[in-house]
Amino acid sequence: MLRLSPGYSTASLPATTGQTGIMTEDATNSANETVSAKAKPPDAASRETGPPAAATDSVLLRIEAVVKKFGALRAVDRLSLEIRGGEFFALLGPSGCGKTTLLRMLAGFETPDEGRILLDGTDIAQVLPHQRPINMMFQNYALFPHLDVRDNIAFGLKRARMPRAEIDTRVAEMVALARLEGLEKRKPDQLSGGQKQRVALARSLARRPRVLLLDEPLAALDKKLREGTQLELMELQRRLGMTFIIVTHDQEEAMTMADRIGVMNKGRLEQVATPRKLYEAPGSRWVAEFVGDVNLFEGQAGPGAGGRLAVSTKDAGTIVVTAPHDPATKSPVSVAVRPEKVKLSRGVPASGVVEAHPINRLEGVVTDVGYLGGFTTYKVKLDTGAVVRSSMANTTRLDIDAYRSTERVVAWFTPEDCVVLEQ
Amino acid sequence: MSARRIFARPARLAAIAPYFWMVLFFLVPFGFVLKISLSQTAIAQPPYLPVFDPMQGFAAIKAAFAALSLDNFRLLVSDHLYAMSYLRSLVVAAVSTSILVLIGYPIAYGMARLPRRWQSVAMMLVIVPFWTSFLIRIYAWINILQHDGLLNRILLALHLVATPVVWLSTDSAMYLGIVYSYLPFMILPLYATLDKMDPALLEAASDLGSSPRQAFWLVTFPLSLPGVAAGVLLCFIPIVGEFVIPDLLAGSDSLMIGQTLWLEFFTNRDWPVAAAAAVLLLVLLLAPLLLYDRLQRRQLEGTR
Repeated sequence: MLRLSPGYSTASLPATTGQTGIMTEDATNSANETVSAKAKPPDAASRETGPPAAATDSVLLRIEAVVKKFGALRAVDRLSLEIRGGEFFALLGPSGCGKTTLLRMLAGFETPDEGRILLDGTDIAQVLPHQRPINMMFQNYALFPHLDVRDNIAFGLKRARMPRAEIDTRVAEMVALARLEGLEKRKPDQLSGGQKQRVALARSLARRPRVLLLDEPLAALDKKLREGTQLELMELQRRLGMTFIIVTHDQEEAMTMADRIGVMNKGRLEQVATPRKLYEAPGSRWVAEFVGDVNLFEGQAGPGAGGRLAVSTKDAGTIVVTAPHDPATKSPVSVAVRPEKVKLSRGVPASGVVEAHPINRLEGVVTDVGYLGGFTTYKVKLDTGAVVRSSMANTTRLDIDAYRSTERVVAWFTPEDCVVLEQ
Repeated sequence: MSARRIFARPARLAAIAPYFWMVLFFLVPFGFVLKISLSQTAIAQPPYLPVFDPMQGFAAIKAAFAALSLDNFRLLVSDHLYAMSYLRSLVVAAVSTSILVLIGYPIAYGMARLPRRWQSVAMMLVIVPFWTSFLIRIYAWINILQHDGLLNRILLALHLVATPVVWLSTDSAMYLGIVYSYLPFMILPLYATLDKMDPALLEAASDLGSSPRQAFWLVTFPLSLPGVAAGVLLCFIPIVGEFVIPDLLAGSDSLMIGQTLWLEFFTNRDWPVAAAAAVLLLVLLLAPLLLYDRLQRRQLEGTR
C-alpha cells in the first residue's frame, strides 16, 4: 500500500511545500494528464473552476469521475471536483445526497468503486485512512472518552512517532489555538459542547493535515454558539492557510463560511460556485429551489426588445427578463425571482417609469403576512390564482406602511432580478 | 413542590427495598453462619454449642456469648489442608477466568461486529445451553469424556492417539467443564460493552494514524475494560466456590474449598468448621469485589 509522505506531520504550519521533488514532478505529470482528460467536461464542476491552465497550478485535490455504489444505490455518481489549496469549500445538499459519502471517501473510510482521487497529483483512492495526510473532524466529535484533552490531541502525534518534546510543544500550540488552556486534564465527559467541539478541532489539526475534512462540525451546537464558532473557524482557516472541506446541510452555514459551495443532489454536483453566484445565478431550477426561497414562473421564451426575452407564462402573463449569457435552448423555461427582489406597492408605478424600465407588474391580494423581526414575508395571491412571495426588510420601527391581509397590491420586479432556467 | 411530596414516599421505599432484601436474605443468614462458626461442635441437635435460647433469661445468653471462640478459625489457619483448599480454589478460579477471557473476548468481539440481524442469532446461540439443566450438561460431558466416550472415539478415528486418553477425573476435564459452563457469563457483559461502542471512535483512531491493530489496543480494549471486569467478577467469584464441576469432573486428590466445606458439613458433621470456612471464603472474595467497586467509582467520577 502506498504510504504518503510520512513526515508531513512535522512540516511547518503553512504546510504547502512539504513534498519532495519527486512528488512535485509526479504532480505535474498527472496534472498534464488531467488537462487532456478535461476535453470532455464531466459536469457543472468544470464550468465553474475557470480556465484549466490557471487552475492546475493551485489545485490540491482533484476528484475525477468518482462512483460509490451501495447495492443498487449510486450514492456518488461520476462526480468530479477540483479543490484549490487554501480554499474553504463547502459541500451542501439535502440528507442522502451523497455529501457525507464523498467526504468519507476523501478520509479513506469508503473506497470509490470507480474514479480517482488525486492529492497533489497522487491517486489516494485506495490508500488506507491512517496513511493519508488528511484528517477529519467528526460530526459528534468522536473524542476518546478514556483519554483526557491532552492525550486526545496528542493521539495522532504519537502515532506519527513524533518525539516527546515535540509532541508537548505541538499540543501546547493546539491548546492555545483552540483556547483550551486549563482543560488539558479533563476527560471529554467533563467538557461542555463547545469545548468538545474545540478539542475535536484541535485534535484534527494537530497533525497539520494537507486537507481538513469537517463533517457537520457545528450541528451539535446551539444557534448563538454556532454563529460565533463559524467566524472562529473561518479566522482559523485563513490564519493557517489550510484547505478545509466542510459538509453541511445548513445553507446559511455554507454561505457564511465557504469560499465556494458545491451543491449536491442524488450523488451529483448540481453546481459549484461562490455563495453569491449560487444564490443570484443558480445553475438549475433545483438549485434555485434548494438554496433559499424562490418564486418560479413557467412559460415559453420569446424574443423581446433590447437584448431581453419575453416569457409568456400562464400564472403571471408576460414577464420581461434579461437574456441569460448562454441562451436558453429549450423552449419551456422557468423564470426565478427571489422573494426579496419582489417589491410591493399600493399604486401602480408611474407609467413613465414603466416605459423607461420595463418593470414586471403583477396585481393581487395579500393573503398572508409573516413578521420575522428583521423582515416580513408576504404572500400575494395573483388574479390568475398563483401565489407570489415577497419579503421586505423592516427598515423602520413603526409599521405605518406595512401591508395588511386582504389588501390589494402590485408586486413588481425588474428584468435584471429574474433568472431564466431551463426546465 | 407538591409533586415532589407526592413522589417522595414511594421513591424512598423503592430506594430502601434492595437494602431490605440484603438484610433479610444476606445479613441475617450470614449472622447465623457467623455465630455457628464461633461455636464448638457437639453431638447434639443442632450439632454445635452454645445455643442461644432467649427463654432462659439474660444470664444464660451472657454465658452463651462467653462460650463463643475463634477456635475454628485458628484450626483453619493452622491446618494446611484448608490453606491448600483455599489456594487451589483461587488458582482454579484464576486459571479458568483467564482462559474464559481469552476465549470469551474474541467471541464477544466477533458478535459485536456481526451485521445487526446476525447478532441476535449469535446471542441466542450463547444463551441456548441454559435451556438444559446445568447438571445434565455436566453429565453429558462425563459421557463425552469417558474411556469409550465421543472424544476418545474421534481422537482414535483420526489416529491422533493410539490408545484412549484418560480425561475424566483430571484437572483438564474440570477446566473444560468450568470454561464451558461459565462462558456465557463472560461473553454477555463483554458483548454489551463492545456493542455499545461508537464505531466513529475507531474511525477517528484510524484517521489519526492508527493501524487497525493499534486502534484495537489503544481504543477498543481500554474502553471494554469495564466489561472485562464485570465478566471476570461474574466468573471468578462463583468459580472459587464451585462444588459440582470439580466434584464430578476432577480427581479427588486435591479439593477445592467448596468440596472441603461439603465434606466438613455432611461427612464430618462439623458445622462450626464448615461455617468458619464459609466466612473466611466470603472475606477472601470481598477483596476483588471492593477492588472492582473502587475501579467503578473512579470511572464514574471520571465520566461525571
